[in-house]
Amino acid sequence: MASITSAYGALLEKALKEYDESGAARKVIIQVGSATCEITAGADRVRAEFDKLIIASGRDDILLKQVGCTGRCAREPVVGVFVPGQIPAKYEQVTEEKVHSIFQSHILKGQPVTELILDKKSNRLYDHLVTICSSSQCCGDKGSALEARLLKAIEAQGVPSESVGIMHSGCMGLCDSASDPDQRVMMVFPEKVIYRFKTDAELAEIVTSQLKENTILTKYVTHTDRVLEEFFKQYGDVSFFNRQTRLTLRNSGLIDPESLTDYMLKDGYKALPWILKEKTPEWVIEEVTRSGLRGRGGGGFPTGVKWKNTTLNDDPIRYVVCNADEGDPGAFMDRSALEGDPFTIIEGMTLGGYAVGAHKGFIYVRAEYPLAIERLENAIEVTRENHLLGKNILNSGFDFDLEIRLGAGAFVCGEETALLHSIEGKRGQPRIRPPYPSQSGLWGHPTMINNVETWANIAAILLFGADWYARFGTEQSKGTKVFALAGKVKNTGLVEVPMGTSLREIIFDIGGGLEEGRTLKSVQTGGPSGGCIPASKVDTPVDYEHLKALGSIMGSGGMIVLDDEDCMVATARFFVEFTQSESCGKCVPCREGTLRMLEILDKITMGQAELADLDRLERLARLVKHTSLCGLGQSAPNPVLSALENFREEFEAHITERRCPAHKCRQLLQYSVDADKCVGCTLCARRCPVSCISGERRGVHVIDADKCIKCGECFNACKFGAVLQK
Amino acid sequence: METVTTHSLPPDIVEFIEACKQQEHSDSYLIAVLHRIQGQFGWLSEDHMNEVAQRLQVPSATVSGVATFYHFFRLKPRGKHAVSVCLGTACFVKGADRVLSAFESELGISLGETTQDGLFSIEVSRCIGVCALAPVVTINEKTYSRVTPTQVPEMIRAEAEKG
Repeated sequence: MASITSAYGALLEKALKEYDESGAARKVIIQVGSATCEITAGADRVRAEFDKLIIASGRDDILLKQVGCTGRCAREPVVGVFVPGQIPAKYEQVTEEKVHSIFQSHILKGQPVTELILDKKSNRLYDHLVTICSSSQCCGDKGSALEARLLKAIEAQGVPSESVGIMHSGCMGLCDSASDPDQRVMMVFPEKVIYRFKTDAELAEIVTSQLKENTILTKYVTHTDRVLEEFFKQYGDVSFFNRQTRLTLRNSGLIDPESLTDYMLKDGYKALPWILKEKTPEWVIEEVTRSGLRGRGGGGFPTGVKWKNTTLNDDPIRYVVCNADEGDPGAFMDRSALEGDPFTIIEGMTLGGYAVGAHKGFIYVRAEYPLAIERLENAIEVTRENHLLGKNILNSGFDFDLEIRLGAGAFVCGEETALLHSIEGKRGQPRIRPPYPSQSGLWGHPTMINNVETWANIAAILLFGADWYARFGTEQSKGTKVFALAGKVKNTGLVEVPMGTSLREIIFDIGGGLEEGRTLKSVQTGGPSGGCIPASKVDTPVDYEHLKALGSIMGSGGMIVLDDEDCMVATARFFVEFTQSESCGKCVPCREGTLRMLEILDKITMGQAELADLDRLERLARLVKHTSLCGLGQSAPNPVLSALENFREEFEAHITERRCPAHKCRQLLQYSVDADKCVGCTLCARRCPVSCISGERRGVHVIDADKCIKCGECFNACKFGAVLQK
Repeated sequence: METVTTHSLPPDIVEFIEACKQQEHSDSYLIAVLHRIQGQFGWLSEDHMNEVAQRLQVPSATVSGVATFYHFFRLKPRGKHAVSVCLGTACFVKGADRVLSAFESELGISLGETTQDGLFSIEVSRCIGVCALAPVVTINEKTYSRVTPTQVPEMIRAEAEKG
């Protein structure tokens, strides 16, 4: 019988052959991001248009590829054009028309269409682009000192300054340079080489050879972490990306999520055969424990401990589960991970199954994510065909198979015991713990549940080692975390950074800050279970402990930026309305408590509350927090409690002054007409659904405040800014 | 025990139920069966649910208990053009509530209702994960991003033209 090594060897050979035959190494590659949001933005049409043009051109040296999402959501669809020897170009918001100019100019004539380049302000097309590490955790302000040194060297060596662009990036994974504090690193595009040096003389040598004479100076070339290097090579020239550290999403946007070959060529399925052959399940658990990985679903429970606990019971039937019920409204990293790199979830779960002695796993995924389901189904089928799933995996004697189970729109099913009930086909209601699922889960058997993002890290941790992983992050929170950055920030999208990165870096350096003229008011993390962090705390490092200390949580990683136009009372009310409608009704504190909290918040936003209501609200919130059965109820009051603590004066303004400082709460708004600006066009009067605006044509109009229903139609309609909203 | 008088599930779903019954823990496939029915018919009728109960050998109370627990399942038919306004956090912050009001006033129906001609219905979803393009609205399978209230009449007109 063939050994594990030869079974894997045959697979890898097949993958290499396929890669070789595709000629990808020599061809121009066009990558079109194809996840749900990119398709919404028109990625399918863009891909079809490229396909037509390639066929029409008759060229056979162009490769069109679909890849997962890179997380640059606000600029989608994103198209990457990789011409051998050139700085990789990424185009933003590509339409069918833009496809033509990109194809004609860049693909056929080798001239990038600079005005369509992603983040073009920061990314002119230089002959060379140098990125230097400015990660706050290692290099920090050394980055700007290095920039000054580099600029001096460029001038001294007579390199035309307009030919070189300099960018600051996040951690490139060369943190061992910390062992020698004088050591510096920089990456140069389009050669994609990393230089490591110390002195100005060495720097001058590199500048002369590389930037002036276009010759790679091999004696100073170094290699970084291969996981990070791959991403940097393709996306390191864009500031949104190069300030990130991609471990979880290491393959998203690089590989075709439907191709096992692509995954294998990025070290995919390297860990599994090696571990099945040479390592024991105990070793796997020990390694995961040592890595310091904690549950990415929100709780932050040490993953290795959970795995260990699943093995303590001598029940021979055990299960592993992937929680892909991403119900937090405002979080979409799990969807992106599933759509961009489904194979790593399957490899991770197979390794998890091996570690705890399970032969069956379930992926519980939201029905609202059809593309993620489709890609998972494809990945499961392909891995089964290639003996990476099913009976006797790679001739190792280990059996493991996976089944997808669909959720049906219940937020509470993100809670592990509710999720298990749902897999069993029941109403997704939680139960009291203990026993924890690791002792008694699916059908009473030990069950190990981890979130998508947790699973996505497993294969990399085991392949590159616990020590490698533990280098990222902080003392208590290891590794990286993906955040779904949304709300009032310029660059919305997915952002993966080492734990301990400050909110400021995420929102301003990567997110590009807020829109012109707006100021940051608060950052909401952790969705309906999290809290509102005030702008004054924006320098807080993001990890489990710090967020908890601020009354919020990491949660699944939703991060909503709120500006001065957002009302904190309305935001708190929004979350309570959500948890109230999602409360499963099993326990009284959550079922009744959240409803009463919502009633009080309604009174406040409608201007009918009294100050004593704030104390009632707070007391009730604490009661719900401390007495609810499961995580949903226990955390539901967090948005209210944190808003009360940080923005109490805003609640008071609603009550004592009957005023919403952010002009968001409709019932508290007052509309009036500015007599100086009104030209008497009558538009507002015609739009008013209750006819409460009167006035002659060309005469100043008046709003009858008693009849006004505060719908805002007049305010939106007026072209002269004459309707005032207070 | 009351017998089922109407057997109206299509053969492929009956076949799926039979296949599920061969599996271990066959009752755990209830949600999957309901997904299939809703996928074909757009909603779950009482007759269909009763037939599922009998074929899958689970109590009717369990079937209706599950069907009513999960938001995804609809117990009445929706319009031919099903408008679904996302009210997730990102969409809310970007003004989805105003988009919802615009649909309500333009169609003359409230959330959860269907127009008398059966053409349009309005429902809300809780985040479809396209937060960065908020606010989003889906009409049947098509997703519209960055929707403003002023675009709503045109969206409705374009849908209606499709017939």
